[in-house]
Amino acid sequence: MLKQNFCEIELQNPLVLASGIFGTSVELLNRAASNGAGAVTIKSIGPVEREGNPNPTVVEIEKGLYNAVGLPTPGYLNMDEELKQWKDINVPLIASIYGSSIEDYVNITEHIQKFKPAIIELNISCPNKDDGMVFAKSPGLTKDLVKAVKSTTDIPIMPKLTPNCDNISQVAIACEAAGADAICAINTVQKEIIHPKLKAPLLSYGKGGISGPVIREIALEKVREIRDAVEIPILGVGGVTYGKGAIEMIKAGASLVGIGSGVYLRGIDVFEKVTNEMKDIMKKEGIGSINELKG
Amino acid sequence: MHKEYTVKEIIRETSNTQTYLFTGKIDYKPGQFIMLWFPNIGEKPFAVSHLKDNEFGITIECKGKFTKGICNIKKGTKVGIRGPYGNGFKIENNSIIVVGGLGMAPALPLIQKIKDSTIIQGARSKEFLLYKEDKNLIDTIAKNKNKIIYCTDDGSFGINGFTTNVLKDIINNKTKIVYTCGPEIMIKNVFDICEKNKVGCQASLERFMKCGIGVCGSCAVNDQLVCKDGPVFSSKQIRKLTELGKFARLKSGKKVPIKEYYGYRSK
Ligand SMILES: Cc1cc2nc3c(=O)[nH]c(=O)nc-3n(C[C@H](O)[C@H](O)[C@H](O)COP(=O)(O)OP(=O)(O)OC[C@H]3O[C@@H](n4cnc5c(N)ncnc54)[C@H](O)[C@@H]3O)c2cc1C
Ligand SMILES: Cc1cc2nc3c(=O)[nH]c(=O)nc-3n(C[C@H](O)[C@H](O)[C@H](O)COP(=O)(O)O)c2cc1C
Ligand code: FES
Repeated sequence: MLKQNFCEIELQNPLVLASGIFGTSVELLNRAASNGAGAVTIKSIGPVEREGNPNPTVVEIEKGLYNAVGLPTPGYLNMDEELKQWKDINVPLIASIYGSSIEDYVNITEHIQKFKPAIIELNISCPNKDDGMVFAKSPGLTKDLVKAVKSTTDIPIMPKLTPNCDNISQVAIACEAAGADAICAINTVQKEIIHPKLKAPLLSYGKGGISGPVIREIALEKVREIRDAVEIPILGVGGVTYGKGAIEMIKAGASLVGIGSGVYLRGIDVFEKVTNEMKDIMKKEGIGSINELKG
Repeated sequence: MHKEYTVKEIIRETSNTQTYLFTGKIDYKPGQFIMLWFPNIGEKPFAVSHLKDNEFGITIECKGKFTKGICNIKKGTKVGIRGPYGNGFKIENNSIIVVGGLGMAPALPLIQKIKDSTIIQGARSKEFLLYKEDKNLIDTIAKNKNKIIYCTDDGSFGINGFTTNVLKDIINNKTKIVYTCGPEIMIKNVFDICEKNKVGCQASLERFMKCGIGVCGSCAVNDQLVCKDGPVFSSKQIRKLTELGKFARLKSGKKVPIKEYYGYRSK
């Protein structure tokens, strides 16, 4: 009932562990898989070893999380032991990567494609690193990047977009024109929060990105805009924590649904819970498959 | 979001440790931890060592970048606290508590609750035996019919030698649980002794933490997250932790031998 095909990859259900949550190692990714995730995304891998921002980096807010983890990474050349284990992951693996230049993305892609991830996700939308959103704010730069990566590999390429740009449809159109196989949207929504009583920035980076139910409406709106602009399939992320929300995301135009903050709000078995809730709703409404849901 | 508290009192414990007392309530179970935020300085996980009706405290060792910075703060400083997080100890009387160095801090609230048990406290030398003169602690130990055995590496106080040697001597088939916190090498040895004697172990582990709530993955030991699945792990779980005493992750997420992890962070 929940089986889904995405970029010619078979998934048992449309739920995907979002990048940067829980999935820093193969063992953790497999734990998410055994808790019902249809596919898993690894924490974004970058060009050189990086510690990320100093603490506080993640703080709970009303209806969500506020984070500026700042893309810590061992660096793609320091993790072959881990990469070799990718073949042991029990569901399709989405490899998220980031860089500061086209060259970074191309080099990382060249290296990691040997370990055969199902999809490569280009994180061009991180608000928590000074140059983290340079590409996703510019349709022109995004187009050049996607073209360069596409000519490096045959693995499906999926840029991840930010809501913090002037016109997300234009960026999506640029992705499609450059040959992207899918689009992931959205990354966290940029924000600056000051502690009301302690009068200091809540995160040491000064600003950060919000996620969870607090961004649900924004995510749905952005996914609709992208659906209206392009043909390629969408992995919709942002604020999904319950079956009802996952179904709304699919109705908005997503083929797959990412869950990040939901892991914090409902536990790592959120995937099992949400698939069960989806099945219940679909049975009640007499809907037999995900494609029927999309209408 | 962090709840606001004020530093009410600072107590010097040893040459390199201080206890910070805060006014206010906290819903804390022994073994849990809090994320303590000094605005514009930083945030780190700490166990609660002192727990009263409208007051609680933590004991900090001034050793690295962050803790050296906060060892100079004054009474009246405002801080933010998130948590408590993590699972905590399951309390059983007739047990043994093995602690090394600063590991005595998280054990203190457990000692307040446990009865008919033996505490084995170890340190490098006499002056590092935390709370040795603490009258409250001495009173509760007596009241709860507990017993405390001191060990020092240099023999300057109590038994000359490691806590694990004492544990080997006194563990028996009536021992309900062995609780342990302190250096990971000690924890690993305590666990091995428990296995040999078929006694259950509850060990409190430490890893570098960022979120404290099970999302960032920085505190991973195998497929377990110390902040969320722990910090207290039972024998059944520890048996599966092949990384225990061997590997840990740096702030970047890079997995390194545990020696490199400790060495790296003092820079
Ligand atoms: C659940 C939990 C509870 C904790 N409770 C306490 C507590 O009650 N009191 C307290 O002082 N600290 C506690 N810590 C450790 C604390 O969070 C800091 O890591 C520690 O104080 C060092 O911080 P730093 O930035 O000053 O040192 P860093 O600059 O990070 O390191 C300084 C030195 O400390 C050593 N070191 C760093 N981290 C650890 C560690 N996790 N275990 C052992 N050695 C380490 C390094 O080898 C280095 O030599 C706890 C940690 C966790 C995860
Ligand atoms: C703590 C945290 C870390 C994140 N790290 C990454 C990352 O490394 N790469 C990335 O593309 N997105 C990252 N994200 C964004 C999520 O993948 C997701 O797009 C966002 O949180 C919205 O989904 P949600 O509302 O389900 O959390 C992170 C989010 C959080 C909360
Ligand atoms: S500190 Fe983030 S998962 Fe444990």
